[in-house]
Amino acid sequence: MVSNSLPQRVRPDFPILSREVHGKPLVYLDNAASAQKPNAVIEAQKEYLSNYHANIHRGAHHLAALATEAYEGARQKIAQHIGAAGTEEILFTAGSTDAVNLVAQSWGRANLQAGDTVLVTRMEHHANIVPWQMVCEEKGAKVVPVNVLEDGTLDLEDFQQALAQHQPRLVGIVHASNTLGTINPVAELCAQARSAGALTLVDGSQALPHLSIDVQAIGCDFYVATGHKAYGPTGIGFVWGRKELLESMPPWRGGGEMIQSVSFDGTTYNGLPHKFEAGTPHISGGIAFGIALDWMNGIGTEAIAAHERALVAHAHDALGTLPGVRIIGTAPDKVGVVSLVVDGLHPYDLGTLLDGQGIAVRTGHHCTEPLMTHLGLDAGTLRMSFAAYTTREEVDRAVIALERAIHMLS
Amino acid sequence: MSADLISSRQAEVIDEFSLFDDWMDKYEHLIELGKDVPAIDAARKTDDHIIKGCQSKVWLAADEQADGSVVFTADSDAIITKGLVGLMVRVLSGADAKAIAEADLHFLDAIGLHQHLSPTRSNGLASMVQQMRLYAAALAARRA
Repeated sequence: MVSNSLPQRVRPDFPILSREVHGKPLVYLDNAASAQKPNAVIEAQKEYLSNYHANIHRGAHHLAALATEAYEGARQKIAQHIGAAGTEEILFTAGSTDAVNLVAQSWGRANLQAGDTVLVTRMEHHANIVPWQMVCEEKGAKVVPVNVLEDGTLDLEDFQQALAQHQPRLVGIVHASNTLGTINPVAELCAQARSAGALTLVDGSQALPHLSIDVQAIGCDFYVATGHKAYGPTGIGFVWGRKELLESMPPWRGGGEMIQSVSFDGTTYNGLPHKFEAGTPHISGGIAFGIALDWMNGIGTEAIAAHERALVAHAHDALGTLPGVRIIGTAPDKVGVVSLVVDGLHPYDLGTLLDGQGIAVRTGHHCTEPLMTHLGLDAGTLRMSFAAYTTREEVDRAVIALERAIHMLS
Repeated sequence: MSADLISSRQAEVIDEFSLFDDWMDKYEHLIELGKDVPAIDAARKTDDHIIKGCQSKVWLAADEQADGSVVFTADSDAIITKGLVGLMVRVLSGADAKAIAEADLHFLDAIGLHQHLSPTRSNGLASMVQQMRLYAAALAARRA
C-alpha cells in the first residue's frame, strides 16, 4: 500500500512539479535520468552567485574564503554521507561518467598491462564500460562481462567463475541498475572480488538518490556517483577512493589547482584531493550538491527508499492488468525503476503518446545497449522511474495513459 | 514547377491536419497514416538503407527517374515515426531533384510537429531529411 504522506510533504519544495505539459499536469517519471530540484538546491546556487561568488582556494579576500569554505563544506557532507574516512578521499568530478574516466585514465593507465582483464556486469551503464574499453584497448587488456539472469539479477555463479577464470585486476559493478532497478549485493560481490585479488569500483549513480550508502560496509575500493540524479545540480559528481590507493595514482588532468610548484625543470603535484582537480571547478554545483544531500537527509533516505519500494510494487500490480505488458527486471530488491515492453509495440511510440498526456518517461536502451541486446530487446524498453515526490495517483495516471496509448497503437 | 508541387503538397498536408486541434487526435491521425504507408520493398530493408536514429530505425531508398525527379520509399520500426516518414515521402517523392534539395519544408512546423525534426530528437527523421536532400543535391549537380 502506497502512503502519500511523503510526497505530500515534499512536493511543495519542487516548483517544477506544478507546471503543465501539453495542457496536462506534468507527471514526471524520468527520475533515473535526472531528478527535479528542491527550492533549497535552487536557492543555494542563487545565493552563491548573488552573494559570495569568487574562485576558491587561492583568493586573498573575503569572498574567496566564503566560497572555499562552502565548497569544501560540501566535500565534507559527501564524505560523511557515504562513510568516507576523510575529505581527502572525495574527488569532485563532473559526474559519474567523468569519475569512471578519472579512475580508468589514472589507475587504469598506470596499472593495466597487456593480457589483463577488467570485469564488469552486463547491466552496466555505458559509463562503466566504455572508459574501460578505451584504456584496455590502449594497454592490450580486455573487458569481460558477467551475465545477467532473466529476472534482471546478476548471475552470481558466472561472477564467481569469471573471477576464477580471468583473475581480473578490477571489477566494475553497478550498485543499482538504471534500466532494471536491480540492487546488486555489492558488499558480497566486493568481498569475492577482493579475495580474488581484484580492486572494485561501484557505480552508485542510481543508488545515491534511493539508498543509504556506506562505502566501508560495501568494502569497495572506488565508489562513484553524480549529483543531478540525487536532487542536486548537473555537472557535479565524485569519486570516493581509499586514501592510500588515491595517493599511489598519478594525476590525470594537468593545470592549475592540482600543482604544488611548477617550473620548466619539473613540476610537483598537490596532495589529495586537489591532485585530481585541475582547473576551476563547478563551485555552485558542488555547494548545491551538499545542500541536496542535506535535503535528502532531512527527509531520510530510508523513508525515500521505503516509499519507492511501495510505488514499484504498486506499479508492478497495476501494469500487470494491461494486455501484452511485460515488466523487464523483476529482481526482489529494486530501486524506484520500472522498465517494460508491450508485445508488438515500439517503446518510442508509447513514450511519445505518454508525453502527449503530460507523462514524462524515457524509452530506448537507457545507455545499457549490451544489456538490451542480451535480453533480446533491440528497441529497448519504456522506463518509469520514481522519486520522493512521486504519488500513487501519478503512477495510476501513467498506467491509464499507457492503456490509452496501447489502444491507439493496436 | 516542381517547387510548386512540393508547396501544394505541403498545403494539402497542413489542410488535412487542420481538422485536429487536440494533440492526441493529431497523433491518432499520424498513427493511421503510419499504418497506411506502403512500406519499403522488403529486399531493400537492409543496413545499406538504414538511417540510425537513437531509438527508432528508419530505412530510406531513393530512385532516380529519367526526367530528373527522385522517387523515395521509406519505412520505420516505430509507427509514429513511420507516419512522419510517410508525410515526408508524400511531400517530396517524385519532385525534381533540385527542388527537393532546396525545398522549404515548413509543413511540420505548421501542423505543430516540428519538434520531431529537431536534430536532438532520437527518431532519425532529421537525418532522413538530410539524406533526402543530399541525394537530391548530388543528383541535381550531376545533371546540371
